[in-house]
Amino acid sequence: MIKIENLKASIDDKDILKGINLEIPAGEVHVIMGRNGSGKSTLANVIAGNETYEVDGGNITMETTDITEMSIENRALEGIFLCFQYPVAIPGVSMAYFLRSALNAHRKYQGKEEMDALEFLNKAKAILSELGLDDSFLKRSINDGFSGGEKKKSEILQLLTINPKLAVLDETDSGLDVDALRTVAKGVNKFKNENNSVLIITHYQRLLDYIKPDVVHLMIDGKIVKTGDMSLVEKVEKDGYSWLEK
Amino acid sequence: MVDKNQQVIDKTLEQEYKYGFSTNIEETKFEPGLNEDVIKKLSKIKKEPQWLLDWRLKAFRNWEKMSEPTWANIKYEPIDYQALSYYAAPKQLKNDSLDDVDPEIIETYNKLGISLNEQKRLQGVAVDAVFDSVSIATTFKKELSKHGIIFCSFSEAVQDHPELVKKYLGSVIPATDNYFAALNSAVFSDGSFVYIPKGVKCPMELSTYFRINATNTGQFERTLIVADEGSYVSYLEGCTAPMRDENQLHAACVELVAHKDSTIKYSTIQNWYAGDKEGKGGIYNFVTKRGTCLGDNSKISWTQVETGSAVTWKYPSVIMQGDNSVGEFYSVAVTKNKQQADTGTKMIHIGKNTKSTIITKGISAGEGQNTYRGGVKILKNAENAQNFSQCDSILIGDKCGAHTFPYIDVNNPTAKMEHEATTSSIGEDQLFYCNQRGIKLDDAVSMIVNGFCKEVFEELPMEFAVEAKQLIEVTLENSVG
Ligand SMILES: Nc1ncnc2c1ncn2[C@@H]1O[C@H](COP(=O)(O)OP(=O)(O)OP(=O)(O)O)[C@@H](O)[C@H]1O
Ligand SMILES: [Mg+2]
Repeated sequence: MIKIENLKASIDDKDILKGINLEIPAGEVHVIMGRNGSGKSTLANVIAGNETYEVDGGNITMETTDITEMSIENRALEGIFLCFQYPVAIPGVSMAYFLRSALNAHRKYQGKEEMDALEFLNKAKAILSELGLDDSFLKRSINDGFSGGEKKKSEILQLLTINPKLAVLDETDSGLDVDALRTVAKGVNKFKNENNSVLIITHYQRLLDYIKPDVVHLMIDGKIVKTGDMSLVEKVEKDGYSWLEK
Repeated sequence: MVDKNQQVIDKTLEQEYKYGFSTNIEETKFEPGLNEDVIKKLSKIKKEPQWLLDWRLKAFRNWEKMSEPTWANIKYEPIDYQALSYYAAPKQLKNDSLDDVDPEIIETYNKLGISLNEQKRLQGVAVDAVFDSVSIATTFKKELSKHGIIFCSFSEAVQDHPELVKKYLGSVIPATDNYFAALNSAVFSDGSFVYIPKGVKCPMELSTYFRINATNTGQFERTLIVADEGSYVSYLEGCTAPMRDENQLHAACVELVAHKDSTIKYSTIQNWYAGDKEGKGGIYNFVTKRGTCLGDNSKISWTQVETGSAVTWKYPSVIMQGDNSVGEFYSVAVTKNKQQADTGTKMIHIGKNTKSTIITKGISAGEGQNTYRGGVKILKNAENAQNFSQCDSILIGDKCGAHTFPYIDVNNPTAKMEHEATTSSIGEDQLFYCNQRGIKLDDAVSMIVNGFCKEVFEELPMEFAVEAKQLIEVTLENSVG
């Protein structure tokens, strides 16, 4: 699905990603763990095309398309979706309006007919009830005054509505209570199938008790230093990261 | 990123003004110049009674002694008042039937999306169309008169309802109120007049559409709206002008009088030509708008969306004289290129339990300068007066500016005042968020700005709200990269 080769990125001349190699085939769930500041969110942002970061080398290929130079919205339309670690508020713009615009931008790109307000509402309501959210959620301004948990659920609502090819979850599990964590996990499990891929960035094992990863990567100082299976997660939970630095 | 922003900003500034065409018709026009003879000639053409001529002359004599205000945060070339013509009217003048109106003019309004043909009009809106110095046509007059509502051009009102005009003209904005109001009082050529009788809820929106066409002409119209006891009216005002290289002066006066238990809602979408990207041409818009809540429990609400003009100087105000009366001001002001706006409101609390609300949204792009200037005054006897003010500004790009000058004067200790002000930029993070969801830049900007303006747009009548949204979208197209 996505292939990242020797990706280097910096901000204000400070090198952050120092040669990332990562390939996620369709149907797989990958996990990245790593210390605070090791560059995980940077990687997620660079995959999404955030222009705050300078790409200094390497390639990102989505299916067969090289997207390294592609604009943010075209990557999104090509199927990349980022669940933000800190989703930003847009006062006065309702979830419903925003999400329908986003969905229709995708549908248009895919040559499908745009969805009218009623059809959209029915689709969104079905997803909302699965996430245990009230319909009134759609009337609220995006992320404006949302609690931490509501923000994360809103990201999952958007993920399920847009139904992209690759979902990058940046600490979507952080700050959630036990029930909310289960709801989010349920949403991700509902999303995933053999034709799409998931990249989960996390600090904890707890989300992975619900979503079984196929591959786990450990990141240190802008590089993936170890790749393995679920046992790596257990090791990190127990021993932290210092053993990797030897 | 920044370079790209700049490129796209530059592109926006080349955006064409949609209403910039001019109409080629024969007009009767005064020679440039202003003196007592010009005023007498104007008054004579309009067959005005002596008292009105005297009123004009008094205003003129005062104006001559006054000087142009300099306190506003705007810069412009000095206006040569002697170089302007003070009257321009299409040769073929208004008659009772639309058939007599010059087809060119009807076509002009059609192009502007205003049909003067009643059958084709959107239901529920009556229009008074003002072309340069005169009113061309007023629609739905008969329908309205069934309810006893008077909706006609100012000139007609002077002829047909002189007692009402005499009673209320200048009662809210005295002829010598300020420099531009005095000038308007001396030379106003036409405008709209509305009277809603006791207990009548006006069954449709009333609307005036102002169009400046002639060159080197000032437009000085005057609107007077009187809502008698227990009545209600919603009034809309729209404006456009052709693109011309020289600046054109527009100095209007709008007076509102709300009697006991009545409500006047006045909405404006101002889209005068704003000048080109170098700041050449465009309308100088110096407008005095004021309403008096004369009776108890009356309400006056101003809503404005200001996107046009090279220079805007405008402070719609409410004097809350009656007890429990309410004044409201909702404003969206957009400046781009070299546009300058100094706008705001004045809320004067005289009666007990009077309540005012001010919500303003300033949007600056390009090199636009946007100033909010608002005054709230609570007089000594205004027990339990309340004011809530919220003034938000948003900046697009880094060459524009937003300025806020609130003036508060409280003379009664029971007053409750709340004031909030924010200035923000459209965040890169907000744009990134939208883009990441597949929403392209232009759409993201207009979405964010429309969200920012939401509280004000909600105050507009339905049709106008849609128009306002689209106007913002067109105005801000490509303003961020
Ligand atoms: N916009 C930015 N401006 C300046 N420095 C940044 C920016 N974004 C990231 N950095 C720096 O890059 C490094 C990597 O940050 P990043 O957010 O990618 O880490 P992370 O692995 O996601 O950390 P966490 O686990 O705390 O979320 C940090 O040193 C951070 O300070
Ligand atoms: Mg992070």
